Amino acid sequence: MTRPIPLLLLALALALPLSLLAGRVWVDPWTTPNAAIILAQLRLPRALLAVVVGGGLGAAGAAMQGYLRNPLADPGLFGIAPGAALGAVLSLLLGLAGGWLLPLFALAGAAGAMLLLALIAGRAAGIALFTLAGMIIASLAGALTSFAISLAPNAFATSEIVVWLMGALTDRGWPDVALAAPLTSAGIALLCLSGRGLDALTLGEAAARSLGVAPGRLQALLVAGVGLTVGSGVAVAGVIGFVGLMVPHLVRPLTDRRPGSLIIPSALAGALLVLIADCACRLLPLVTELRLGIALSLIGAPFFLHLLLKMRRETV
Amino acid sequence: MLEARGISLAGRLAGVSALLRAGEVTAICGPNGAGKSTLLQCLAGLLMPQSGAAMLDGANLASLQPRARARAIGYLPQEGEIAWDLSVRNLIALGRLPYRDWGEAQVNAAIEALDLESFSTRPVSTLSGGEKARALLARVLAGEPRWILADEPLAALDLGHQLALVGHLREAARNGAGVVLVLHDLALAMNHADRVLVLDNGELAADAPPEVALDPELIEQVWGVSARWLGERGARALVAG
Repeated sequence: MTRPIPLLLLALALALPLSLLAGRVWVDPWTTPNAAIILAQLRLPRALLAVVVGGGLGAAGAAMQGYLRNPLADPGLFGIAPGAALGAVLSLLLGLAGGWLLPLFALAGAAGAMLLLALIAGRAAGIALFTLAGMIIASLAGALTSFAISLAPNAFATSEIVVWLMGALTDRGWPDVALAAPLTSAGIALLCLSGRGLDALTLGEAAARSLGVAPGRLQALLVAGVGLTVGSGVAVAGVIGFVGLMVPHLVRPLTDRRPGSLIIPSALAGALLVLIADCACRLLPLVTELRLGIALSLIGAPFFLHLLLKMRRETV
Repeated sequence: MLEARGISLAGRLAGVSALLRAGEVTAICGPNGAGKSTLLQCLAGLLMPQSGAAMLDGANLASLQPRARARAIGYLPQEGEIAWDLSVRNLIALGRLPYRDWGEAQVNAAIEALDLESFSTRPVSTLSGGEKARALLARVLAGEPRWILADEPLAALDLGHQLALVGHLREAARNGAGVVLVLHDLALAMNHADRVLVLDNGELAADAPPEVALDPELIEQVWGVSARWLGERGARALVAG
């Protein structure tokens, strides 16, 4: 039942130190000049941030797929990531992106999306209505983001925003870790609390309620959990798609397939995936470093297609 | 004791009252849209009536904690959805969710009661329709509810599996549970229920033993079909015309 957890922890324990050494310049802790500073101030916070962001996205994806009873669901469906992105873009547009301001704007955007979701869906909304509300918010936030970009005063500002939206972990430091780690941990804890309710939903909404699940409480746990994990992820790393979709899929066969028992393994596997992808971005011999968000989408889109084709074969 | 006390829901049920007894198999019958599933969901505490109440042992279901209600009343929906490809044992263990434990003993008992021993480690996607129906009923039994409410549990099954599942439900009633089934098939209700509630357009048209409730005269009045019963008691068949 918990078989994949030790395995993933071991992989993560191996990958984390290796990732510290990997990069355009390979660091040898004993011979590279200033190795201690490079490791402590640049590579360690970046690696930890990859773990935090990936862990949050993986856990959120597992919970979303459980909630929507659909293996193709993604945390982006709630409109929380687009909301956070809108907040960040506004802070860049207004020139208020220094220090903690950009992440705080992004968190405010995520909170706004969560609030709107709660307002539209109301107390007794079923899952279908709730998802539609999320999609409305996602498309609204997307439109407003494009509008904000069109208002950018010059090409530099536009490019700054667009590059930020691609998602990356370059030039991040300890303050970003200090912001994202506690929020993401709290979010994952909330998602774990929703585990039994998600297990019950395996049997459909009515059966879940008959098993004592309070739908309003489950929905609130999920919105808060996804909001904290995805919101803080976007706040420190920009938009990174497909992790929440791919990871639960890859991990599910290793578990007993109960949605509740998938959350922690997905968090660990998400951390591993983003950590490895970020290293790959650093190592690829390109003129400029490949943005992490783009890299994961380049892996994610074909993966998504593969899933769709597989599902089509199975339903025919 | 599970009781419908003047349950009304706009356009669906109009003042339905009935007293259900533990140890009995009660069938809810009626034409399409008569309110059978609605009544069952009210009795399961999943739908709140606009007026009237569903009462469990004298307490309003609406005032019970969801978990306490879930321990007393097991509900088997019509769709039989299983979203993830769990093993049969893990599926059945979901019935323990209202409790804090995974109830190894109760899960084993439910597996045994429905002859699922040889399937318990198999993924549910490999089960046939009849095996899946048994596994879903075992899920309800694993929670050891005092009431088993099932919406058309026999509709998708062939004759052999219908009789087997009815046998299991009868066994649960003999062990003291109250069993309430929405049934479309009047012959199944006639042959296997202790009592039949007939709903007509949201109102209770009959509440009696099957021989009385499913009298040809009432069938004509409610279903608009003239029909008669053939065969012996316990093995009757309904023929139209």
